[in-house]
Amino acid sequence: MSAKRVFIKGNEAIGQGALAAGCRCYFGYPITPQNDIPEMLSSAMPAAGGQFVQAESEVAAANMLLGAAACGVRAMTTSSSPGVSLMQEAISYMAGSELPGVIVNMNRGGPGLGDIGPSQGDYFQSVKGGGHGDYRTLTLAPATCQECYDLTFTAFELAYKYRNPVLILGDAIVGQMKEPVTPREPLPIDPAEGGDWKLTGRGERAPRLLKSLFLEDGALAGQNRLLQKKYEAMRAEVLYEDFETAAADLVVVAYGSIGRIAKTAVRALRDAGLKIGLLRPITLYPFPEEALRALAAAGKRFLTIEHNLGQMVDDVRLAVRGLADSDFYGVFPGNLPTPDEFVEPIRAAAKGA
Amino acid sequence: MSSIPEIKEELVFDRPKVLADVPSHYCPGCQHGVIHRMVAECLEEFGLVEKTIAVSSIGCSVFLYNYILVDTVEAPHGRAPAVATGVKRARTDAFVFAYQGDGDLASIGLAEIMHAANRGERISVVFVNNTVYGMTGGQMAPTTMIGQKTTTCPAGRCAEREGGPMRMAELIASLDGVAYSARVAVNSIKNMAQAKRALRRTFETQIKGEGFGFVEFLATCPTNWRVSPVAANERVAKEMIPGFPLGVYKDAAKED
Amino acid sequence: MSRIVIDEERCKGCLLCAQVCPKAIIAASSRFNAKGYKVAEVLEAEKEKCTGCAACAQMCPDVAIKVWRSVKSKAKEND
Repeated sequence: MSAKRVFIKGNEAIGQGALAAGCRCYFGYPITPQNDIPEMLSSAMPAAGGQFVQAESEVAAANMLLGAAACGVRAMTTSSSPGVSLMQEAISYMAGSELPGVIVNMNRGGPGLGDIGPSQGDYFQSVKGGGHGDYRTLTLAPATCQECYDLTFTAFELAYKYRNPVLILGDAIVGQMKEPVTPREPLPIDPAEGGDWKLTGRGERAPRLLKSLFLEDGALAGQNRLLQKKYEAMRAEVLYEDFETAAADLVVVAYGSIGRIAKTAVRALRDAGLKIGLLRPITLYPFPEEALRALAAAGKRFLTIEHNLGQMVDDVRLAVRGLADSDFYGVFPGNLPTPDEFVEPIRAAAKGA
Repeated sequence: MSSIPEIKEELVFDRPKVLADVPSHYCPGCQHGVIHRMVAECLEEFGLVEKTIAVSSIGCSVFLYNYILVDTVEAPHGRAPAVATGVKRARTDAFVFAYQGDGDLASIGLAEIMHAANRGERISVVFVNNTVYGMTGGQMAPTTMIGQKTTTCPAGRCAEREGGPMRMAELIASLDGVAYSARVAVNSIKNMAQAKRALRRTFETQIKGEGFGFVEFLATCPTNWRVSPVAANERVAKEMIPGFPLGVYKDAAKED
Repeated sequence: MSRIVIDEERCKGCLLCAQVCPKAIIAASSRFNAKGYKVAEVLEAEKEKCTGCAACAQMCPDVAIKVWRSVKSKAKEND
C-alpha cells in the first residue's frame, strides 16, 4: 500500500471512503452519533466537486438521495436510528424503482428517542426491508474503522451492481472510535455507470421513466418477481469473518462492534483451553446462512450475542434449523459491554445444557 | 366534419410534439390537461425538451410521464421538491421541474416545498390547486375553501375546526431564495395568456439561474366538486379567484 | 374561411369550448363516441362564423381541437 495510514474515527472513515469511492452527492440531517460525517463532508464534498445539502429532515434527505440516484450519480445519506426510521419511505420507493444509493445508520439506542449510545436494535429494520412492501436492502456491518472505509466502497459497488439501496449498519461504538485506516486510491468517476437507465435528459433517445407505481394488470407481480430474482442473486455477495470455527465445539455469532468485543472474549477463552470459535457476519443481508448451516451440519453448537434483546438470533436459528439451535445473550442498550461481560455467557454455552 | 376549403389556410393551433398524442385519463373538464399542454409548449419554446428531467408527484397527475415525453422520476407523496433537489444537484446542467397538486404540495409536502424554495434550488415547481384531493375521492385539502363541502368536511370547511385555505403563492413569495412566485388561472382566454407568461417566467428563472421558480394554477375538479365542467369553470371566477387572488407575488427581475 | 376540427374520440363533452367560443357556434352534438361521451360539434349553420381565434382549442383540456385560420393576404396576422 502506497497510501499513508490516517488516524480517524469510523464516521470519518465512512466520509472519506465515500469520497474515494466516487460519491459526489451527500444529503444529511444532524443526529447524534453520526454528526462527524455531515460536518466533514460539508467542506470535503464541495472541495471534491460534489454537492452537499443539509436537508430539512431525514425524510427530505432520503428523497434527495432518491433524486440523485435517479441520475446515476453516486450519492449517500447518513443518519442514526430515529432518522433512519424517517428515511424508510424513500428507501422503499428506491427499492421499488430500482435506484442505487448508500444509507448509513450509526445505530443508537431505541425504541423512540432512546439514547445516543450504541445499540444493535435496528437489525430487523435493516435486513427485513424496513419500510412498506416486499423488498430487501443489502446490509453491511463494519466492526473496525478500516471496515467502515472499505465497506463504503463495497456499498457503492453493490448498489450499482444490483440497482438497489445498500445500508451500512454501524453503531455509536464504531462511529466514534479512532483507529489507523489505510486509504485506497480514489476511484475515477465512471461516466458510463448506469448508462442504460439513468436520467440525463432524453436527448435524442426515448424518454426514460423511473417509478414504483405499477397499476396495469399483472405489472406489479412482474416487478416483484424481478426484485425477488435480484435478491436471490445477491446471495453471492455474502461476507463474514470466520475465527477458528473449524476445531470449535461452540460457535459464537455476533456482528459489528459486538462481534469484535466477542472475539476478544473468544480468544481469551481459547487461551484457557475451550474449543470456541466465532463467526462474524459482515453482510447481514444476505445473511451467511450456508456457512452457519455447514457448521451446524458439522455438529457445532451456537451462541448468538447481540446488543439488543434478540434479533439476529432468529436468522441464526433459521439458518441452522433442523440441525441445531442457538443460545442467546443480549446486552441492553445504554450499556457498553466489555469482553469480560461475554466470558461467562460463552463459558456457560460451551458447557451445554 | 368540415371539408377543406379552397382558400389558403394555416394550422394555427396544434398539440406540441412533446405532449404525447394519446387520450388522457383525466375526467371531463379537468384542467390538468390544459396545464400539461402549457408546460409542454414552454419546454419546446425554450428548447428544453432534450435536457429536461421531470419529477412527478402523487395524485391524479402522477401519470404526467404518460403525457409529457421527457425523462421522469416519480416522487413519494409530497417529496417532489426534495427529489427535484437531488436531481438538480446531481445534474446541474439539466432543466428540472416538479408538478404537484394541492394535497401533495401544501399538506404532506409542506416542509419539502418551503425548504427547497428557501434554499433557492434552481428548479421550477408547477403547482395545481383545485381545492380538493382528487384521486382519493374528494377529501378536504389544505386549500379547500371555507364552506366548501368535501367527503371529509361534508358540512363545509369550518375555519374554527379546520383552519382556512393556505395561500401558497404568497407563502412561497415570502422566502428569500425565491426568484418568482405567481398565481394564475386557466378559466378564460385572458387568464390563460397571463398563465402562459407566468409559466414562461417560472422556467426562465431556472434557465437564468436566478433562483427558485413557482407558479400556482387555479384549476377545476368537476368530478369531486360534483358540478358540471362548465359550472366548475364558472366557480373559478366566482369563488376561487376572490379567495386566491391572481398575480405575481415576487419577481426577482423587477426588484432592482 | 377559418375552421376547427374536433377529434371526436378525444372529446369528453365537457363543453368548455362552447363556453369560451366568442361566436357561440359550438354545442353538444347528438353523437356519442366510443367512450360514451356526447361530443361537441360546430353547428353546421354557423360554421362560417369561425374566425380561427383558437379560444376553444386553448380551453380544451384534452387538446382535441385543431384550428386552421384562412390567410387572406399578408395584411392581417394578428388575433
